[in-house]
Amino acid sequence: MCLAIPGKVLSVSPVADEVNRPAVVSFGGIRRDVNLCFVPQAQPGDYVLVHVGVALSVVDEAEAEETFRYLKQIGELDELGPESEEAPGSPAPQKARPAPPKSAQA
Amino acid sequence: MKHLTEYRDARLVKRLLERLRKTVSKKWHIMEVCGGQTHGLVRHGILDMLPPEISMIHGPGCPVCVTPVSHIDTAVSLALDHNVILCSFGDMLRVPGSSGSLLQARAQGADVRVVYAPYEAVQLAQQQPDREVVFFAVGFETTAPANALSVLQAHQLGLKNYSLLTAHVLVPPAMTAIMSDPETRVNAFLAAGHVCAVTGMQVYEPFVKRWQVPVVVTGFEPVDLLQGICTAAELLESSRAELVNQYRRAVHPEGNPFAIKTADAVFEKSLREWRGIGEIPESGLRLRSVWSAFDAFQKFGINPELPAASTAAQQQQCRSGEVMKGLIKPAQCQYFGTGCTPETPLGAPMVSSEGACAAYYQYVGGWHHES
Repeated sequence: MCLAIPGKVLSVSPVADEVNRPAVVSFGGIRRDVNLCFVPQAQPGDYVLVHVGVALSVVDEAEAEETFRYLKQIGELDELGPESEEAPGSPAPQKARPAPPKSAQA
Repeated sequence: MKHLTEYRDARLVKRLLERLRKTVSKKWHIMEVCGGQTHGLVRHGILDMLPPEISMIHGPGCPVCVTPVSHIDTAVSLALDHNVILCSFGDMLRVPGSSGSLLQARAQGADVRVVYAPYEAVQLAQQQPDREVVFFAVGFETTAPANALSVLQAHQLGLKNYSLLTAHVLVPPAMTAIMSDPETRVNAFLAAGHVCAVTGMQVYEPFVKRWQVPVVVTGFEPVDLLQGICTAAELLESSRAELVNQYRRAVHPEGNPFAIKTADAVFEKSLREWRGIGEIPESGLRLRSVWSAFDAFQKFGINPELPAASTAAQQQQCRSGEVMKGLIKPAQCQYFGTGCTPETPLGAPMVSSEGACAAYYQYVGGWHHES
């Protein structure tokens, strides 16, 4: 019930108001009409997480890459042997970090 | 598909499993809150790959499973007796009420339609002004903003024939109810990623402080789930009760303020009955009085707090409460796979695609007798 699927914003209608911001989003080639009124910062080319026809957040590409950099790193470190002193499971513990300039900040 | 398939990379899954095996030194019970996470764990066979020290407990995060019989009965009676067009997400159709399901009501001629977005129900109301359209608004904080938005959209279109039958539930009170149960064995939680994409993470800080258990906001793909489990295990092994965000690509600490504002404008918190668990204060949402014209309970004169009789009727055999509190695994229920199957479900966890019992039946074959 809570599943949200990432899709790429192809186009955004110029006609929008507080409850409707119509856009076309591609899910691996399948195009759907999606309402982007909860993510006013989303632009064509961005990836958004869509749930029951509405986008809930913009996928933060920088975070996605950082997660992968970390995951690759734990592979090399484990092969080396000694445990690293990293924070558990995430590249840097995310306490109340200031909002990144252009990202999921809605 | 970008931001999806790369999180199903088998090499990364193996690495995370190796790290997990090196991390754990004793038995830990970790609850994944969301039914979507339960389904991801079972569907990808992750449960069988985990070291024996890790026992996953399937939480109450399946809104279909926790919808009380009384709400199903209300939807069925609206469809059958009030000549409405009853719109619902697909997974609500087969859930058994005390007098049958919405699917059975449809078979008896009721106008029950499946929608993928609440806005489709609004469009239906616009196309058929002489028919009353009722949308069965079920779901957690993830779905509440879109359902609230449909009320604002119907209002903007001046529609008088659209209303919500609201059955919303909230995650934090359910997690508190689970930790308050003396029988609970949960040591850490994987918080529901998409709920947090809306609400943000800060709402869990008081929970972590009070119960001193780690909470890891986690996504839904294999790499997400395993990274979440690894993080929880590392925190448990080092006795650190912290709130960590694994699902950083989708969840911002403050959540989505536009979605929060919309949901708050239309809904307010209310007492809610959870099927199999009981009543939990402030754990549901109802329409604010200013939007009563869109409230099916008021429009059709239905008392949302139906007498306990219909709750007692529901206690029959289904042990969904014990499954959802992590006291038993689906296969440990005596009805699992015999009296209770997807074709003859005794309760919602066997019907809903995100229910623990349906996931075990479909993917595990029900032979998971681990305690």
